[in-house]
Amino acid sequence: MTISADWYLGLSVVLFSIGALGVMIRRNVLVMFMCVELMLNAANLTFVTFARQLHDIGGQVLVFFVLVVAAAEVVVGLGLVVAIFRRRANATADDLHLMKG
Amino acid sequence: MTGTLGTALVAATSIATHASWVDVGTFSVAAAIILAGAVGVVVARNPVHSALMLVMTLFGVAVLFVLQRDPFLAAVQVIVYAGAIVVLFLFVIMFLGVDREENIALEPLRGQRPLAIGLAVLGTTGLLLLGQVSKWTTGAPHVAGVDAGKQSNVYLLGKSVYTTYLFPFEATAALLVIAVVGAVVLARRPPAVTDPTIDSPATDTDTDTGTDTGPGPVADRNDPQAGGSTPSTETPSTETPSTETVSASEEARS
Repeated sequence: MTISADWYLGLSVVLFSIGALGVMIRRNVLVMFMCVELMLNAANLTFVTFARQLHDIGGQVLVFFVLVVAAAEVVVGLGLVVAIFRRRANATADDLHLMKG
Repeated sequence: MTGTLGTALVAATSIATHASWVDVGTFSVAAAIILAGAVGVVVARNPVHSALMLVMTLFGVAVLFVLQRDPFLAAVQVIVYAGAIVVLFLFVIMFLGVDREENIALEPLRGQRPLAIGLAVLGTTGLLLLGQVSKWTTGAPHVAGVDAGKQSNVYLLGKSVYTTYLFPFEATAALLVIAVVGAVVLARRPPAVTDPTIDSPATDTDTDTGTDTGPGPVADRNDPQAGGSTPSTETPSTETPSTETVSASEEARS
Protein backbone atom coordinates (compact mmCIF):
# COMPACT_ATOMS: atom_id res chain seq x y z
CA MET A 1 0.00 0.00 0.00
CA THR A 2 1.30 3.38 -0.84
CA ILE A 3 1.01 6.74 0.82
CA SER A 4 -2.47 8.19 0.81
CA ALA A 5 -3.30 10.98 -1.62
CA ASP A 6 -3.88 13.47 1.19
CA TRP A 7 -0.17 13.87 1.75
CA TYR A 8 0.56 14.51 -1.88
CA LEU A 9 -2.26 17.03 -2.12
CA GLY A 10 -1.26 18.79 1.08
CA LEU A 11 2.30 19.02 -0.19
CA SER A 12 1.12 20.51 -3.46
CA VAL A 13 -1.03 23.01 -1.57
CA VAL A 14 2.00 24.19 0.36
CA LEU A 15 4.15 24.25 -2.78
CA PHE A 16 1.55 26.30 -4.64
CA SER A 17 1.30 28.76 -1.76
CA ILE A 18 5.06 29.23 -1.64
CA GLY A 19 5.06 29.91 -5.37
CA ALA A 20 2.21 32.41 -5.09
CA LEU A 21 3.97 34.10 -2.19
CA GLY A 22 7.09 34.42 -4.29
CA VAL A 23 5.20 35.98 -7.17
CA MET A 24 3.66 38.47 -4.76
CA ILE A 25 6.75 39.54 -2.84
CA ARG A 26 9.64 39.29 -5.28
CA ARG A 27 10.46 42.15 -7.64
CA ASN A 28 12.90 40.47 -9.97
CA VAL A 29 11.07 39.39 -13.11
CA LEU A 30 13.14 36.23 -13.55
CA VAL A 31 12.52 35.07 -9.99
CA MET A 32 8.82 35.73 -10.47
CA PHE A 33 8.93 33.44 -13.49
CA MET A 34 10.57 30.75 -11.41
CA CYS A 35 7.84 31.07 -8.81
CA VAL A 36 5.27 30.59 -11.56
CA GLU A 37 7.10 27.38 -12.41
CA LEU A 38 6.74 26.31 -8.78
CA MET A 39 2.99 26.82 -9.01
CA LEU A 40 2.84 24.84 -12.25
CA ASN A 41 4.71 21.99 -10.56
CA ALA A 42 2.26 21.99 -7.69
CA ALA A 43 -0.56 21.65 -10.19
CA ASN A 44 1.31 18.84 -11.95
CA LEU A 45 1.72 16.97 -8.70
CA THR A 46 -2.00 17.31 -8.08
CA PHE A 47 -2.80 15.98 -11.55
CA VAL A 48 -0.59 12.95 -11.12
CA THR A 49 -2.03 12.25 -7.68
CA PHE A 50 -5.59 12.37 -8.95
CA ALA A 51 -4.64 10.24 -11.94
CA ARG A 52 -3.33 7.59 -9.59
CA GLN A 53 -6.28 7.94 -7.27
CA LEU A 54 -8.92 7.57 -9.99
CA HIS A 55 -6.87 5.13 -12.10
CA ASP A 56 -7.21 7.51 -15.03
CA ILE A 57 -4.55 8.14 -17.62
CA GLY A 58 -6.03 11.57 -18.47
CA GLY A 59 -4.27 13.27 -15.56
CA GLN A 60 -0.88 12.14 -16.78
CA VAL A 61 -1.65 13.29 -20.31
CA LEU A 62 -2.63 16.66 -18.91
CA VAL A 63 0.69 16.91 -17.09
CA PHE A 64 2.35 16.27 -20.44
CA PHE A 65 0.47 19.20 -21.97
CA VAL A 66 1.24 21.41 -18.99
CA LEU A 67 4.93 20.72 -19.58
CA VAL A 68 4.61 21.82 -23.21
CA VAL A 69 2.72 24.97 -22.29
CA ALA A 70 5.24 25.77 -19.57
CA ALA A 71 8.09 25.46 -22.05
CA ALA A 72 6.34 27.77 -24.51
CA GLU A 73 5.51 30.24 -21.76
CA VAL A 74 9.08 30.35 -20.54
CA VAL A 75 10.41 30.90 -24.05
CA VAL A 76 8.09 33.81 -24.75
CA GLY A 77 8.46 35.26 -21.27
CA LEU A 78 12.23 35.19 -21.36
CA GLY A 79 12.12 36.74 -24.83
CA LEU A 80 10.09 39.56 -23.32
CA VAL A 81 12.57 39.89 -20.47
CA VAL A 82 15.48 40.10 -22.90
CA ALA A 83 13.65 42.73 -24.94
CA ILE A 84 12.92 44.76 -21.81
CA PHE A 85 16.45 44.47 -20.47
CA ARG A 86 17.79 45.71 -23.78
CA ARG A 87 16.04 49.01 -23.18
CA ARG A 88 16.68 49.28 -19.46
CA ALA A 89 19.73 47.87 -17.78
CA ASN A 90 18.05 47.12 -14.48
CA ALA A 91 14.43 46.17 -14.72
CA THR A 92 12.43 45.05 -11.75
CA ALA A 93 8.72 44.56 -12.02
CA ASP A 94 8.16 48.02 -10.56
CA ASP A 95 10.10 49.71 -13.34
CA LEU A 96 7.98 48.29 -16.14
CA HIS A 97 5.51 51.11 -16.42
CA LEU A 98 6.01 52.09 -20.04
CA MET A 99 2.36 51.52 -20.82
CA LYS A 100 1.08 53.58 -17.92
CA GLY A 101 -1.13 56.38 -19.20
CA MET B 1 16.20 21.26 6.55
CA THR B 2 16.69 18.56 9.17
CA GLY B 3 13.86 19.99 11.23
CA THR B 4 11.55 19.86 8.25
CA LEU B 5 12.69 16.35 7.50
CA GLY B 6 12.11 15.24 11.07
CA THR B 7 8.63 16.68 11.31
CA ALA B 8 7.73 15.22 7.93
CA LEU B 9 8.97 11.81 9.02
CA VAL B 10 7.06 11.88 12.29
CA ALA B 11 3.88 13.13 10.65
CA ALA B 12 4.08 10.66 7.79
CA THR B 13 4.69 7.67 10.01
CA SER B 14 1.87 8.64 12.36
CA ILE B 15 -0.73 8.66 9.61
CA ALA B 16 0.43 6.40 6.83
CA THR B 17 0.23 3.23 8.79
CA HIS B 18 -0.43 1.02 5.83
CA ALA B 19 2.31 2.43 3.69
CA SER B 20 5.59 0.62 3.48
CA TRP B 21 8.66 2.12 5.05
CA VAL B 22 10.33 2.63 1.71
CA ASP B 23 7.43 4.69 0.46
CA VAL B 24 7.21 6.74 3.62
CA GLY B 25 10.92 7.44 3.64
CA THR B 26 11.03 8.35 -0.03
CA PHE B 27 8.02 10.61 0.29
CA SER B 28 9.40 12.35 3.36
CA VAL B 29 12.80 13.00 1.83
CA ALA B 30 11.27 14.17 -1.45
CA ALA B 31 8.83 16.44 0.35
CA ALA B 32 11.62 17.97 2.40
CA ILE B 33 13.66 18.53 -0.76
CA ILE B 34 10.69 20.10 -2.53
CA LEU B 35 9.81 22.46 0.29
CA ALA B 36 13.39 23.47 0.99
CA GLY B 37 13.93 24.18 -2.71
CA ALA B 38 10.72 26.17 -2.98
CA VAL B 39 11.57 28.31 0.03
CA GLY B 40 15.04 28.75 -1.41
CA VAL B 41 13.64 30.00 -4.72
CA VAL B 42 11.64 32.65 -2.91
CA VAL B 43 14.23 33.84 -0.42
CA ALA B 44 17.46 33.61 -2.44
CA ARG B 45 18.92 37.01 -3.24
CA ASN B 46 20.87 35.90 -6.26
CA PRO B 47 18.75 34.77 -9.25
CA VAL B 48 21.31 32.04 -10.03
CA HIS B 49 20.76 30.56 -6.59
CA SER B 50 17.02 30.73 -7.18
CA ALA B 51 17.41 28.78 -10.41
CA LEU B 52 19.50 26.10 -8.72
CA MET B 53 16.95 25.81 -5.93
CA LEU B 54 14.31 25.42 -8.61
CA VAL B 55 16.24 22.44 -10.00
CA MET B 56 16.14 20.91 -6.52
CA THR B 57 12.38 21.31 -6.30
CA LEU B 58 11.84 19.90 -9.78
CA PHE B 59 13.94 16.88 -8.95
CA GLY B 60 11.91 16.25 -5.80
CA VAL B 61 8.69 16.43 -7.81
CA ALA B 62 10.19 13.92 -10.26
CA VAL B 63 10.89 11.59 -7.35
CA LEU B 64 7.27 11.85 -6.30
CA PHE B 65 6.20 11.05 -9.87
CA VAL B 66 8.27 7.88 -9.71
CA LEU B 67 6.71 7.08 -6.36
CA GLN B 68 3.26 7.30 -7.97
CA ARG B 69 4.16 4.75 -10.66
CA ASP B 70 4.64 7.35 -13.33
CA PRO B 71 8.19 6.94 -14.59
CA PHE B 72 7.70 8.52 -17.99
CA LEU B 73 6.58 11.86 -16.62
CA ALA B 74 9.40 11.78 -14.11
CA ALA B 75 11.90 11.40 -16.92
CA VAL B 76 10.22 14.14 -18.91
CA GLN B 77 10.19 16.34 -15.84
CA VAL B 78 13.92 15.99 -15.37
CA ILE B 79 14.77 16.31 -19.06
CA VAL B 80 12.43 19.15 -20.02
CA TYR B 81 12.22 21.13 -16.81
CA ALA B 82 15.62 20.69 -15.24
CA GLY B 83 17.42 20.15 -18.52
CA ALA B 84 15.82 22.74 -20.75
CA ILE B 85 13.77 25.31 -18.87
CA VAL B 86 16.15 25.94 -16.01
CA VAL B 87 19.09 25.99 -18.38
CA LEU B 88 17.21 28.60 -20.38
CA PHE B 89 16.67 30.58 -17.19
CA LEU B 90 20.35 30.37 -16.31
CA PHE B 91 21.32 31.32 -19.84
CA VAL B 92 19.16 34.43 -19.73
CA ILE B 93 20.46 35.35 -16.27
CA MET B 94 24.06 35.06 -17.40
CA PHE B 95 23.35 36.75 -20.73
CA LEU B 96 21.73 39.74 -19.11
CA GLY B 97 24.30 39.96 -16.35
CA VAL B 98 21.74 40.27 -13.58
CA ASP B 99 23.40 37.68 -11.37
CA ARG B 100 24.05 40.17 -8.63
CA GLU B 101 22.50 40.37 -5.23
CA GLU B 102 19.17 42.03 -4.83
CA ASN B 103 18.32 44.14 -1.83
CA ILE B 104 15.44 42.14 -0.40
CA ALA B 105 14.98 44.34 2.65
CA LEU B 106 13.85 47.22 0.46
CA GLU B 107 10.09 47.35 0.29
CA PRO B 108 8.81 49.83 -2.28
CA LEU B 109 5.13 49.14 -1.73
CA ARG B 110 4.33 49.66 1.90
CA GLY B 111 2.44 46.79 3.45
CA GLN B 112 2.72 44.56 0.38
CA ARG B 113 4.85 41.92 2.01
CA PRO B 114 2.76 41.33 5.17
CA LEU B 115 -0.36 41.33 3.04
CA ALA B 116 1.14 38.73 0.69
CA ILE B 117 2.28 36.53 3.56
CA GLY B 118 -1.12 36.80 5.19
CA LEU B 119 -2.86 35.87 1.97
CA ALA B 120 -0.59 32.88 1.43
CA VAL B 121 -1.04 31.59 4.98
CA LEU B 122 -4.80 32.11 4.75
CA GLY B 123 -5.02 30.28 1.45
CA THR B 124 -2.89 27.40 2.66
CA THR B 125 -4.83 26.87 5.85
CA GLY B 126 -8.11 27.23 3.99
CA LEU B 127 -7.19 24.60 1.44
CA LEU B 128 -5.80 22.22 4.04
CA LEU B 129 -8.90 22.58 6.21
CA LEU B 130 -11.05 22.02 3.15
CA GLY B 131 -9.13 18.84 2.49
CA GLN B 132 -9.68 17.72 6.07
CA VAL B 133 -13.40 18.28 6.22
CA SER B 134 -14.21 17.00 2.74
CA LYS B 135 -13.03 14.35 0.41
CA TRP B 136 -10.21 15.37 -1.87
CA THR B 137 -10.85 12.85 -4.59
CA THR B 138 -14.27 12.81 -6.12
CA GLY B 139 -15.36 11.82 -9.58
CA ALA B 140 -15.74 8.75 -11.71
CA PRO B 141 -12.71 6.50 -11.99
CA HIS B 142 -10.90 5.96 -15.28
CA VAL B 143 -13.02 8.06 -17.59
CA ALA B 144 -10.23 8.77 -20.04
CA GLY B 145 -8.70 5.32 -19.87
CA VAL B 146 -7.26 2.96 -17.33
CA ASP B 147 -3.81 3.89 -16.11
CA ALA B 148 -2.73 0.39 -15.26
CA GLY B 149 -2.93 -3.02 -16.79
CA LYS B 150 -0.70 -5.37 -18.64
CA GLN B 151 0.85 -2.64 -20.72
CA SER B 152 3.44 -0.24 -19.41
CA ASN B 153 2.80 3.31 -18.40
CA VAL B 154 4.54 4.66 -21.49
CA TYR B 155 2.41 2.51 -23.78
CA LEU B 156 -0.83 3.69 -22.21
CA LEU B 157 0.23 7.29 -22.20
CA GLY B 158 1.31 7.21 -25.83
CA LYS B 159 -1.86 5.44 -26.89
CA SER B 160 -3.98 8.00 -25.08
CA VAL B 161 -2.07 10.92 -26.57
CA TYR B 162 -2.34 9.62 -30.11
CA THR B 163 -5.98 8.57 -29.96
CA THR B 164 -8.09 10.41 -27.42
CA TYR B 165 -5.99 13.52 -27.15
CA LEU B 166 -4.81 13.74 -30.74
CA PHE B 167 -6.19 17.21 -31.42
CA PRO B 168 -4.67 18.81 -28.28
CA PHE B 169 -1.41 17.13 -29.17
CA GLU B 170 -1.46 18.70 -32.63
CA ALA B 171 -2.41 22.01 -31.04
CA THR B 172 0.71 21.86 -28.86
CA ALA B 173 2.77 21.56 -32.05
CA ALA B 174 1.21 24.79 -33.30
CA LEU B 175 1.76 26.35 -29.88
CA LEU B 176 5.44 25.49 -29.91
CA VAL B 177 5.90 26.92 -33.40
CA ILE B 178 4.14 30.11 -32.36
CA ALA B 179 6.30 30.34 -29.26
CA VAL B 180 9.49 29.94 -31.27
CA VAL B 181 8.43 32.59 -33.78
CA GLY B 182 7.39 34.90 -30.98
CA ALA B 183 10.69 34.47 -29.18
CA VAL B 184 12.63 35.22 -32.35
CA VAL B 185 10.55 38.32 -33.06
CA LEU B 186 10.88 39.54 -29.47
CA ALA B 187 14.59 38.94 -29.18
CA ARG B 188 15.40 40.39 -32.59
CA ARG B 189 17.41 43.55 -32.37
CA PRO B 190 15.23 46.53 -33.24
CA PRO B 191 16.25 48.74 -36.16
CA ALA B 192 18.85 51.39 -35.51
CA VAL B 193 16.35 54.24 -35.35
CA THR B 194 15.39 54.39 -31.72
CA ASP B 195 12.56 56.36 -30.33
CA PRO B 196 14.09 59.19 -28.29
CA THR B 197 11.05 59.44 -26.05
CA ILE B 198 11.51 55.94 -24.71
CA ASP B 199 15.14 55.59 -23.79
CA SER B 200 17.09 58.72 -23.60
CA PRO B 201 19.62 58.11 -20.83
CA ALA B 202 19.42 61.65 -19.51
CA THR B 203 15.73 61.37 -18.63
CA ASP B 204 16.07 57.84 -17.36
CA THR B 205 15.13 58.20 -13.74
CA ASP B 206 16.99 55.55 -11.87
CA THR B 207 14.76 54.36 -9.06
CA ASP B 208 16.47 51.10 -8.37
CA THR B 209 17.67 49.64 -5.17
CA GLY B 210 21.14 51.04 -5.15
CA THR B 211 22.77 47.76 -6.07
CA ASP B 212 23.17 49.13 -9.54
CA THR B 213 26.81 49.92 -9.95
CA GLY B 214 26.72 50.90 -13.57
CA PRO B 215 25.00 50.12 -16.79
CA GLY B 216 26.10 46.49 -16.90
CA PRO B 217 26.80 44.63 -20.09
CA VAL B 218 23.29 45.11 -21.39
CA ALA B 219 23.33 48.81 -21.98
CA ASP B 220 21.75 49.83 -25.21
CA ARG B 221 24.09 48.64 -27.86
CA ASN B 222 22.36 50.57 -30.60
CA ASP B 223 23.05 53.88 -29.00
CA PRO B 224 26.75 54.49 -28.56
CA GLN B 225 26.11 57.37 -26.21
CA ALA B 226 24.38 55.15 -23.68
CA GLY B 227 27.58 53.46 -22.65
CA GLY B 228 28.31 55.35 -19.49
CA SER B 229 26.37 55.56 -16.31
CA THR B 230 23.68 58.15 -15.86
CA PRO B 231 25.66 60.98 -14.26
CA SER B 232 28.57 60.56 -16.66
CA THR B 233 26.27 60.89 -19.64
CA GLU B 234 24.64 63.91 -18.14
CA THR B 235 27.89 65.77 -17.76
CA PRO B 236 28.84 65.65 -21.43
CA SER B 237 25.31 66.63 -22.37
CA THR B 238 25.64 69.74 -20.24
CA GLU B 239 29.14 70.44 -21.45
CA THR B 240 28.53 69.93 -25.13
CA PRO B 241 26.32 72.99 -25.68
CA SER B 242 28.87 75.21 -23.94
CA THR B 243 31.72 74.08 -26.18
CA GLU B 244 29.49 74.47 -29.19
CA THR B 245 28.59 78.00 -28.21
CA VAL B 246 32.25 78.78 -27.62
CA SER B 247 33.22 77.50 -31.04
CA ALA B 248 30.30 79.32 -32.59
CA SER B 249 31.32 82.56 -30.94
CA GLU B 250 34.90 82.05 -32.13
CA GLU B 251 33.67 81.52 -35.65
CA ALA B 252 31.57 84.64 -35.40
CA ARG B 253 34.55 86.59 -34.09
CA SER B 254 36.80 85.46 -36.95
